[in-house]
Amino acid sequence: MDFDLSEDQRLIRDAVRDLCTKEFAPHAERWDREAIVPRDAVTTLAEHGFLGMAIPEEWGGVGYDTRTVAMVIEEIARVSAALAIMISVHNSVGAVPVLRFGNDEQKRRFLPRLVSRELSAFSISEPGAGSDAGQLQATAVRRDGNYLLNGSKNWVTNGEQAGLYLVFARTDKSAGNRGVSAFIVERGAPGLIVGRAEDKMGLRGSDTVSLSFHDLQVPVENRLGAEGDGFRIALGALDVGRIGVAAQSLGVMTAAFAEAVKYAQQREAFGQPLAKIQAIQFKLAEMERRIQCARLLIQRAAWLKDSGQPFAREAAMAKLYGSEAATWVTHQAIQVHGGYGYVKEYAVERYYRDARVMEIYEGTSEIQRLVIARSLLKDGV
Amino acid sequence: MNPTTPEIVSPPAPGMSFALTEEQQAVREMVRDFAESEIRPIAAAIDESHEFPTATVKKMAELGLMGMFVPDEHGGAGMDYLSYAIAIEELSRVCASHGVIASAHNSLVCYPILAYGNAAQQQKYLTPLARGEHIGAYCLTEPNAGSNAANQQTTAVADGDAFVLNGTKLFVTNAGPAHTLVVYAATDRALGPRGISAFIVEADAPGITKSKKEKKLGIHASDTREIVFSNARVPKENLLGELNKGYTVALATLGGGRIGIAAQALGIAQASLEAAVKYAGERKQFDRVIGEFDAIRHMLADMVIEVDTARLLVYQASWLRDQGRAHIKEASLAKWHASEAATRCAHLAIQVHGGYGYLSEFLVERYWRDARITELYEGTTEVQKMVVAAQLLKEHPVASPA
Repeated sequence: MDFDLSEDQRLIRDAVRDLCTKEFAPHAERWDREAIVPRDAVTTLAEHGFLGMAIPEEWGGVGYDTRTVAMVIEEIARVSAALAIMISVHNSVGAVPVLRFGNDEQKRRFLPRLVSRELSAFSISEPGAGSDAGQLQATAVRRDGNYLLNGSKNWVTNGEQAGLYLVFARTDKSAGNRGVSAFIVERGAPGLIVGRAEDKMGLRGSDTVSLSFHDLQVPVENRLGAEGDGFRIALGALDVGRIGVAAQSLGVMTAAFAEAVKYAQQREAFGQPLAKIQAIQFKLAEMERRIQCARLLIQRAAWLKDSGQPFAREAAMAKLYGSEAATWVTHQAIQVHGGYGYVKEYAVERYYRDARVMEIYEGTSEIQRLVIARSLLKDGV
Repeated sequence: MNPTTPEIVSPPAPGMSFALTEEQQAVREMVRDFAESEIRPIAAAIDESHEFPTATVKKMAELGLMGMFVPDEHGGAGMDYLSYAIAIEELSRVCASHGVIASAHNSLVCYPILAYGNAAQQQKYLTPLARGEHIGAYCLTEPNAGSNAANQQTTAVADGDAFVLNGTKLFVTNAGPAHTLVVYAATDRALGPRGISAFIVEADAPGITKSKKEKKLGIHASDTREIVFSNARVPKENLLGELNKGYTVALATLGGGRIGIAAQALGIAQASLEAAVKYAGERKQFDRVIGEFDAIRHMLADMVIEVDTARLLVYQASWLRDQGRAHIKEASLAKWHASEAATRCAHLAIQVHGGYGYLSEFLVERYWRDARITELYEGTTEVQKMVVAAQLLKEHPVASPA
């Protein structure tokens, strides 16, 4: 057992924290208020190597292990959960699947772009296929050297600005989950229509769009993995993505906790600071408990992955617990602030809205519980 | 590439690691084997009979489990604290009474003598304790000093070559079989917590009376009694640590004790989860095994998260203690979280079992009763929250108003 960050990780954390505090923190509130997608921040992160943090050096990345990637996402999320999800999606379910399932030619073509400047997006959900992703209806029909894609997708994070989309479509209507294939679709491809950004409760600085495909031509060499491998690629990508979302939730709850502690010490009631009142102290203690549990679950899942061990159950646990802890902690952070917490002037109002989606995307809490329980019943405790 | 091809990864770089050492794994295997073969067959019977398990405690001593982190030269097994936590977890997974017997003996009695005793005290008292020849008990709580342990009413007055102890101690675990007591008493009541001292007391000395066993909701095989001191003379050389520094001894002891109880709670939570998963995979209703229903699956998922987070917190606190680092907050978090995990998991395990879970024949009924105490002793959940909050406010000094 070792519960300490390595020296390298500490240096990286300090550098990211410094960058986020100086460059991003002053703007995060405005990104939210005006629903501005922080492209400059993405460029800054790219310049520091964070678009390729999960990609090895041989492909132009910086090759962080999963524990370090999670730590970086947490740090970004402390300042802006919107920016954190953009980076997490890009790394976990964009770049990593290309690395993991791409052939050398695909890696050579796409990874240098992804590590240096272009965000990637992941597109599996459809209007009629959310938690039940296996019901996806988008089709990919092979014609000569291309696939022709038709259908609609939604909830595509980074969808407005991505350079590459990892798209899942059905190549065999009769084969269920085994009839789904994965494709790398380039921005601007004819037949790819990018919808308007959704107007969301939170994560307002992150662009979420729907996509539609009208005889969208995708070259055969852009198919990721074999025909029929798509669903397994998606599930594998989501296992990693869940660690990213869990880390994002950890960043948000940590930020909310910091605001709550600060406010509790400054605000007076009944002739003393709130922090002296037991009801408030116990809320702070409860927040700390959940933060520590979330952090340990995340680091354990990431460590399992880094050690080449199965980690799907543990990633689902980290995501489920982390997201529920984030909604709880941000809720209580508002409670500590009283009416002021309901006002946009205080950051906890944004944290609370941002946290809410974490129980929904990359697998709802209900899906995580299903994944975990199935694993318990099949593989044992 | 086939998506089922495992990712090729190099050994992870330094940083957080959740791997146990070979020695820690060996401790787990040894204690699990022992608990399954020696304790499992009697666990239900001693719960029913409320009988202290003298024979299995003797066997535990042979395995070094009564002096787990006591060094070899004092007759102990010389394990690290994490191994100790694993051992308590494994004992409690089968029988929580055995877990608390070992935890109180090791954490609350061996530890303070090891940490604060002089060479003569260690030779005379620690070695027989570590070998399991003597059982230890810890006397801090009083009728009016529960969560507020500093409010000690028991007094120790110097008289010639002895201190004379008067007062009543409550809820003493291992009281019946105990030979060696660590007793706290006020040596200067005017000084409050700074006027408390710790003593090593031989339980058969004149003036010491053990009352009859308490009847409890759970942990029936753990022997809990009141002990009354009436002009009990304790030789001056049995002062443990410095005069009036007893509260420091008590706090340092409870830091480790909380980890022990947290490990006990973890074992109960683990046992509850295992029982629920097994039953959910076997029991059929509506022509399906009940594990196929979302309602049951959600309970199982919630339980495993409780168990795993409890384990992570317990091991984290143990690891910090092994590193010689501050762990007051982490020990309290572990104890608070693991004890609530135990009560919740035992509750849900009964729910998964339905009516059968309410029968003594099914183990979860015992787990539920045993779990309840873990939220109470060695600091209630409320006391743990007070400790955590106090540490948090120290970590986050008051910011100047914006």
